[in-house]
Amino acid sequence: MDISPILDGFGIVLEPSNLIYCLIGVIVGMLIGVLPGLGPGATIAILLPITYGIGPVSAIIMLAGIFYGAQYGGTITSVLLRLPGEASSVVTVFDGFALARKGKAGTALGIAAIGSFIGGTVSILGLTLLAPIVAGFALDFGPPEYAALGVLGVLLISSIGNGNKLKAIIAAAVGLLIATVGRDTFTGAERFTFGSLNLAEGIDFIPIAMGLFGLSEILYNLEERHNQVHAPAKVGNVWPSRKDLGQAKGAIGRGSLIGFLLGVLPGGGATLSSLAAYAFEKRRAKQPERFGKGAVEGVAAPETANNAAATSSFIPLLTLGIPANATMALIFGALLIQGIQPGPQLVTEHPDVFWGVINSMYIGNILLLIMSIPMVGVFVKILRVRPAILAPITVLITLLGAYTVRNQVYDIFLVIGFGLLGYLMKKLGFEPGPLVLAFVLGPMIENSSRQSLLIFGGDPTGFFTRPISGTVLALVLVVALWPLISKAVRRKPAPVPAGPPADPPVEPPVEEKTP
Amino acid sequence: MPITDPLEEEVAEETRPPHAGPVPQVVAALVALAVGVAGAIGSFGLGLGELTHPGPGLWPFAISIVIAVLSLTLVVTGRGLQDAERFSKATLLTAAGLVTLILLAALLPLIGFEIPSLLLVCVWLRWLGKESWRSSIVISIVTVAAFYLLFVLLLQVPLPRLI
Repeated sequence: MDISPILDGFGIVLEPSNLIYCLIGVIVGMLIGVLPGLGPGATIAILLPITYGIGPVSAIIMLAGIFYGAQYGGTITSVLLRLPGEASSVVTVFDGFALARKGKAGTALGIAAIGSFIGGTVSILGLTLLAPIVAGFALDFGPPEYAALGVLGVLLISSIGNGNKLKAIIAAAVGLLIATVGRDTFTGAERFTFGSLNLAEGIDFIPIAMGLFGLSEILYNLEERHNQVHAPAKVGNVWPSRKDLGQAKGAIGRGSLIGFLLGVLPGGGATLSSLAAYAFEKRRAKQPERFGKGAVEGVAAPETANNAAATSSFIPLLTLGIPANATMALIFGALLIQGIQPGPQLVTEHPDVFWGVINSMYIGNILLLIMSIPMVGVFVKILRVRPAILAPITVLITLLGAYTVRNQVYDIFLVIGFGLLGYLMKKLGFEPGPLVLAFVLGPMIENSSRQSLLIFGGDPTGFFTRPISGTVLALVLVVALWPLISKAVRRKPAPVPAGPPADPPVEPPVEEKTP
Repeated sequence: MPITDPLEEEVAEETRPPHAGPVPQVVAALVALAVGVAGAIGSFGLGLGELTHPGPGLWPFAISIVIAVLSLTLVVTGRGLQDAERFSKATLLTAAGLVTLILLAALLPLIGFEIPSLLLVCVWLRWLGKESWRSSIVISIVTVAAFYLLFVLLLQVPLPRLI
């Protein structure tokens, strides 16, 4: 393996401007992680217009920093306020807050920061080694493979996320439909434009992302969800004792591995892996009853795993051009804005972006470790800022930011429209994530499948006879039919008489899964 | 990912209002169904072409059919779902917030960004955020001044403005 591009990547990161963007990214990430309400996805969406003005490497370094920085910051509110700042820190609440109640808040934060650093770093090493290999393998992929991978990605993200799967897939399909608005690249026909010049250019990614992720979250939070603010627990010594470290060591190791593996999977990501790592630690513990009452492993495992996963979820994006979760879809969009097509050719055509971004994560993680251990007090103080003050400021950034992209009021109205749509979706149990992701992947799926049909001479069985696209499509079928399969399997062992009392037998298997 | 832990349920309970019941569920599914049907009709009109020469309407037609079929399933099976939140009095806050956004967008090209922004921040702080009059006025003036400094003076973005 040729390591000179990797070393060049370090040279790029160490340029002062890139270091500053990395620092801005991780500080913003840390801040929004600490402040409940606005997640990393919403923040990245709101800041997309800024990336127009700066170079691709700096832009992606900054956005990536927001993403993994938020994983560090989310811990602080979980431990001190029992309010998870991010979805991926929900399980940290159980043992983190219990530790804080015992007066060991500092220990919990310290262990989480060290675990996060180790998990993140292990994952970057994995990314450095694995990404070029995957990219090399994927260079032979043709249109049929990309069509199949795109469908699999959309389907996995819709079905693994939380919430109702049927609704998620409907949302994704609507995203695919919205992506078709505008001029068809093959025939030049105008689709769903209703004679509007604005629509003929298609709907831009930025207003969709800003509306569905950013504005919808602000509108949703307006309904006063976070008004019961507890007084933050006192933070004592953040440096964990040797005994605590010894106890957390195994959990950190296993958390890194679980996080790395689940992060790579489309639809995996930080939230799922933190849940899995917590459940795994609890299951293998000699005294599982300690969990929830202040077990150090209960903080170490999920916090390590969510960082490892946040980092490894870059692998499918940078090597295949398939975003593994909704936040990666935003980074995908940001790369497209810069005129860079993420995919297997990225490592050879844009080594500066590829290695610059990966290597910036080493630096970012060190910066975050410094901010979360010696400087944690600064961020604890930020907890006193009331969400009510931040909401109008973020709204203003969103609306004026949307305007600055093309200097058009039309874009502000688009953001408001998609903000309303996202708000209604959230209220009615539809996740906006799959819609945005499908919107991003839509043109790729459509173009590749149409090219494939031309290659196959109009014979759709060609998708199944090529080994790689065939395997991927077989996976698509398994994922799509999984709810039916698992229902059939679950029904067999418990022969229940027909009628209303069918409810109770559904519950025991759910409980078995989560001891 | 069902983790049945009393603490998590407690955390979840705190942040979610009561669920909405069957009517919004069915209405949402019907709206999705309408999107699917309209999409199918629209893309059929664009021309489906053939598999050897796919027309511009083939792909959107396929997606629209998927949307329609899945939404129909949701109409039938989704009545008992509890994942929708009830629209309550607090929803009016969101509606009011939305109106201020539309006003800002409408007024921006006419009278510049300063006055609409000032009003928006002030309204959000005073009525939606229940801050005191004093801090609402101070924070909104400081915010707009900071935006002026950042967007107009530093970044030199051509925002429509009074001054």
